[in-house]
Amino acid sequence: MQDKIPILQIEDLLLVSIQVDMHDRLALQLQDDLTSKISETNARGVLIDISSLEIVDSFIGRVIGNISAMARVLDAKTVVVGMQPAVAITLVELGLTLDGVHTALNVSRGMALLRRNDFTQ
Amino acid sequence: MNVAKSAIVAVANEADVVKVRQAVRALALEIKLSLVDQTKVVTAASELGRNLLIYGGGGEVHLEVVQQGLRNGLRAVFTDHGPGIADIQQAMKDGYTSGGGMGLGLGGARRLVNEFEIVSNATDGTRVTIIKWR
Repeated sequence: MQDKIPILQIEDLLLVSIQVDMHDRLALQLQDDLTSKISETNARGVLIDISSLEIVDSFIGRVIGNISAMARVLDAKTVVVGMQPAVAITLVELGLTLDGVHTALNVSRGMALLRRNDFTQ
Repeated sequence: MNVAKSAIVAVANEADVVKVRQAVRALALEIKLSLVDQTKVVTAASELGRNLLIYGGGGEVHLEVVQQGLRNGLRAVFTDHGPGIADIQQAMKDGYTSGGGMGLGLGGARRLVNEFEIVSNATDGTRVTIIKWR
């Protein structure tokens, strides 16, 4: 079992692409790793690509919300990109609206959003 | 209701919850659920599988392809021998949690499937049955 999700640094942005069916501890590990990495690298933005995720349940949803909140406290912006339509429909029906989490349709739009000077969260 | 196919997944750790999701996905594909319905039933199974672990101290999931008349469905039964749920109505409410989660698991899972039944007491533990019809 894979026990770490890689975090890439591109200039002052951190990029994460979740490609595995995450068990809960792996999701928490990502939350911790990203938070440390933001402070280590002085990153200004975090882009999380979830286009390979087939489901987002309440636990993963909570982790995504936490990452976004922790990044904000560390003066970094977070954008979640690539959510599959079926996942979006299911999330809302489940009762999770990911309040406070910025989303974009794909990686390039997410990058553009993070690069915008007037983009704040 | 006829049972066409069945599988059992034991849940003793977090990796097993992933196995539950995969097994549910495989059967959902087999009865040709739409992508949205697959996603809904897998998400519901993920919530209930996690509940087995957190509240029931582990348990097992019985998966079946069921037939009623001309329609096929996927039935999943989540059984644990934990302490049971004292107040089911309260536990079903969105936002209520006794375990530090978001309190969306039970109520959310119910919204994602067609049939939902929960039986719980202190002696036998908790059994949640869901069905998603095609």
